[in-house]
Amino acid sequence: MRHVYGWLLLTPAAILLIAFTHYPTVATFIESTFSKGTSVRPSRFVGIQNYELMIQDPIFWKVLVNNLWFAAGTIPASIALAIAMALLVNKALPGRSFLRLAYFTPTILPMIAVANIWLFFYSPDIGLIDQVLGWFGFSGHNWLGDPGTVLGAIIVMTVWKEAGFFMIFYLAALQHLPPELEEAAKLEGASRWYYFRRVVFPLLMPTTLFVLVNAVLNSFKLVDHLFVLTKGGPDNASNLLLYYIYENAFSYFDTSYAATLTVVLLTMLALMALAQFFFFDKRIHYR
Amino acid sequence: MIRAQDTKQNWSFAAATETLAAWFIAILWISPLLYAVWAAFHGSEYAIHFDLFAPLTLDNFRQALDQAPFLRYGFNTFVLVSMLLVGQFVLCTLAAYAFARFEFAGSNIAFALVLVQLMITPEILIVENYGTMAKLGLVDTITGIGLPYMASAFGIFLLRQTFKSTPKELEEAARLEGCGVFGILWRVYIPLARPTYLAYGLVSISHHWNNFLWPLVITNSVETRPLTVGLGIFGAPESGVDWSIVSAATLLSVAPLLIAFLLFQRQFIQSFMHSGIK
Repeated sequence: MRHVYGWLLLTPAAILLIAFTHYPTVATFIESTFSKGTSVRPSRFVGIQNYELMIQDPIFWKVLVNNLWFAAGTIPASIALAIAMALLVNKALPGRSFLRLAYFTPTILPMIAVANIWLFFYSPDIGLIDQVLGWFGFSGHNWLGDPGTVLGAIIVMTVWKEAGFFMIFYLAALQHLPPELEEAAKLEGASRWYYFRRVVFPLLMPTTLFVLVNAVLNSFKLVDHLFVLTKGGPDNASNLLLYYIYENAFSYFDTSYAATLTVVLLTMLALMALAQFFFFDKRIHYR
Repeated sequence: MIRAQDTKQNWSFAAATETLAAWFIAILWISPLLYAVWAAFHGSEYAIHFDLFAPLTLDNFRQALDQAPFLRYGFNTFVLVSMLLVGQFVLCTLAAYAFARFEFAGSNIAFALVLVQLMITPEILIVENYGTMAKLGLVDTITGIGLPYMASAFGIFLLRQTFKSTPKELEEAARLEGCGVFGILWRVYIPLARPTYLAYGLVSISHHWNNFLWPLVITNSVETRPLTVGLGIFGAPESGVDWSIVSAATLLSVAPLLIAFLLFQRQFIQSFMHSGIK
């Protein structure tokens, strides 16, 4: 009887999960082995031809490298800031609730709204950043128009957006640390840095893993801001994998190539899931 | 003893620097939003010119509302978010109940398959999901935006954890009182999971209020577009609108959620905390 009930209760959710997660995942792999269909030449099986095209596509490599830089630029910075913020507002500070609010507010704003605000900061000469630099005698710079600075500009904005979100998880973890630890460290004459490095940080490891997984996922999923800030430009200098998939599917109408690129994204996510499962779990101190 | 004294001084000096650092970061973090408020309520000549006595105006909001149907977009977002919340609560409750209390054949494999969605979220599969929606005739409908998110692995996971921690004796008691499978769910499990529903609900509302990529792909008319997509089209640089109006439009789009957040900040922050403890 419990088998029947179990499956019946699961069925509605299972249908939707299969329809919009499992089926499309499989369909992506199949579609990636077919050619782009046109009205004259219908789509046909081409094996690994799309993958060969992809390996020869310089934009694909550029986008992939950009995405790795984007991950490398956003993840450590936002995690370090999140830990710092959480440590700061975990204590009795003047105006603590305002501080928490200030750190957390970017989380509540949609990326598209954030991008609208920051677009103005980055705009050349009249933008806020150039105005402030102007007071110190620096000349204006086209932050989003220069291939050398565009990715950095986007990374700074993303760190601003994400740090407060990750802070919340560290704050929750810090509140569960026994206060005797800090007392003991003080009595032993440990420096604050030593106490953080040898006591707090190791105890925060499970949280760091959770945040790290989320941060990595976000660095591949978050492309909303590109629609407002750069559209991937100039010359694909700020283009990311998911945005390139979007462009191929909905601007160039090449769903086969978009599916091929999606397979790359899916493979990377699968590798991350495996790494998390086999590698990190062993090195983390669990209470 | 002397050493302990030194350490104490060392720790309290650091406390003062920390307060300064904390306020410095906070001001840096809140200033983009404050700037948007400034620009939205002042004439465009004050967008980069700060003057405490600059006249306040609502003109930018009026113009933003004239140029794009933000009220309609807001209504669409509201319909989308409510529909998703109800759908997610029903579907996730049933599935979580199945996983928590019925050890049915294949439940472990089924649960692992559910968790796949935590990694492979619907926005990654936009290409194939668009095709599916086209076949179902749901392109450019609010249902089409919501459907892929309805069975949420995250919600199933959270509720399953909560249901599992409910004492079994309560279920036994309810059964003795004559409750059936759904009676037990309705009278025992759901009431005791209220904090989880609140936490999940707030996280879900914030997430879907702010979601952009999939709604952009699947909608193409004023009648279905949510606020984020409306704002994304509005703010496009080539349309050449001025900063004050863009700021006003941005504030219009974030205002309902932001005001709710400011009013219930404790619940919001607690909810996000709760959702992270796995």
